[in-house]
Amino acid sequence: MITVKELTKRYARNAAVDHISFEIQKGQIVGFLGPNGAGKTTTMRMLTCFLPPTAGTATVAGFDVLEEPMEVKKRIGYLPETPPLYPEMMTGEYLSFVGGLKGLRGAELKQRIDYVSERCAIADVRNKQLGKLSKGYRQRVGLAQAIIHDPEVLILDEPTAGLDPKQINETRDLIKSLAGDHTIILSTHILPEVEQTCQQVIIINKGKLVATDTVDNLQSRARGAEPVLVEVAGRNGSLDPNVVQARIAKVSGVNRIVLKQKQPTHSTFEVETQKDQFVRGDLARAIVEAGWDLNEMRSSAVSLEEVFLQLTGSQEVAPKEEAVVTGASK
Amino acid sequence: MRNVWLIWRKEMRSYFVSPVAYVLIVICALFFGFFFWSLLQAYLQFSMEAQMRGEMFPMNMPEEIARRLFGNVPVTGLFIIPLITMRLFAEEKRTGTIELLTTSPIRDGEVILGKWLAATTMYSCLLLMSALNIGFLFLYSRPDWKPLLVTYLGLFLQAAGLLAIGTFISTLTKNQIIAGALTFCANLLIFVCGWVGEYNSETWARVLAYLSVSTHMESFTRGTLDSKDAIYYLTLILVGLFLTARSLESLRWRS
Repeated sequence: MITVKELTKRYARNAAVDHISFEIQKGQIVGFLGPNGAGKTTTMRMLTCFLPPTAGTATVAGFDVLEEPMEVKKRIGYLPETPPLYPEMMTGEYLSFVGGLKGLRGAELKQRIDYVSERCAIADVRNKQLGKLSKGYRQRVGLAQAIIHDPEVLILDEPTAGLDPKQINETRDLIKSLAGDHTIILSTHILPEVEQTCQQVIIINKGKLVATDTVDNLQSRARGAEPVLVEVAGRNGSLDPNVVQARIAKVSGVNRIVLKQKQPTHSTFEVETQKDQFVRGDLARAIVEAGWDLNEMRSSAVSLEEVFLQLTGSQEVAPKEEAVVTGASK
Repeated sequence: MRNVWLIWRKEMRSYFVSPVAYVLIVICALFFGFFFWSLLQAYLQFSMEAQMRGEMFPMNMPEEIARRLFGNVPVTGLFIIPLITMRLFAEEKRTGTIELLTTSPIRDGEVILGKWLAATTMYSCLLLMSALNIGFLFLYSRPDWKPLLVTYLGLFLQAAGLLAIGTFISTLTKNQIIAGALTFCANLLIFVCGWVGEYNSETWARVLAYLSVSTHMESFTRGTLDSKDAIYYLTLILVGLFLTARSLESLRWRS
């Protein structure tokens, strides 16, 4: 659906996007990930024909962005970082204007407006001025605007930026529900968002492509086998971690065990298991049969955040507050 | 063409939903009304004096009033035109809606044409305010309407040219005030640069006088349609719109 080859955008001296190549299949949701200023927006703007590339090619649905921009524009729905709204227009009127711009007319236009208003849950603000809408509504009107002509490709630039946790969840669900009909690229610097919504990730940093893979692969690439966090408590109020460690190590399938936290009554261990082997049942049984209490057992999955840091080798990931907000919304 | 209509409608709506259109209409109605009233006073005074001297009643006075009233219109236009054009592109650039227009399957030319036509329509509404006053002349006398129409055509063409320049300047900045101020300066400059021709007949002065919008108005105010002057205004419009198109295109390469 989208093919990008050696795409480059150079400003005066520095390259905002530096020889990026990737391919996106039809119907996928792709996360475009990178710290602020990595070149995400620039790349998206080149795909939407807003900016011409300095070098390289990009084709959308088989049409080159430089050679046949009109054909590309017909097939793309684009939500820029700030939704492009006219504050003095009513929501319905705005959708009708954008629909007209995208070539919809008459009954078809009307039907599409009804459809997107319902889909994006903005039917109740159709007669309100855009300038008076809340941030969440604006973002949804922005999305409605992007899908009004049922485009093959949806390009969303930080669709959840500035929303509250509830709105973020709603927007993500909406985006997920759009996949299948549309090929979606969404950019973000918030990692959990990619984990939750996307199937494929493209990571860029300082204009260069760092990695492109599926979310699952990227995660397992970083962690190898899946580690499990186990909290064990002694029944009579005291616990010797060394004994526990020795017992757990005997369970088949366990590669390594590390003491994470030690308290007089209970301790936490990280157990690394062999790949593709499900040992949790054995692990639990072993602990209980030894006369201890199993307080907690959970997988300590490596987050994309760690993958991201490993890949980019930088510290400038998402600002702390935002990470907290998205965490709370899970 | 449908896209031009779409943009035109959107722009017209934004003039008339916001107070902009009404404020401009009231300003123009007030000023044209004042010009008309003061000209009428002068005319009454003059005809009274003529009658007392036992002279003939000056029959071409209604035309004289109209001509003088029209003489004031371009000056009013100098102040009004920047107010009409300053937001056209500057506003879209500031709010980011320009991204919507440039990523939609619509040509730059259609956007520009739609916006410029909306601006000329807006200005025509203001010109109509002066027609209200001229209408009074028809109530009480029989002025020849054909030269008046030619004068209106001239005023319209001149304004359309200056509006095209204003549209171009609006693409240069995100700031409406700067766009407005620059448009005012540019229009004033092409308006007054013809004055050098009045006391200087060297080639450069004649060229400058030719380039000025004010020197091409004379034939229209006399009620004669001179193709040379009409072509000048049409050229001005084309130059303005051409520069707008170039500027919009370069916007993509620069930003």
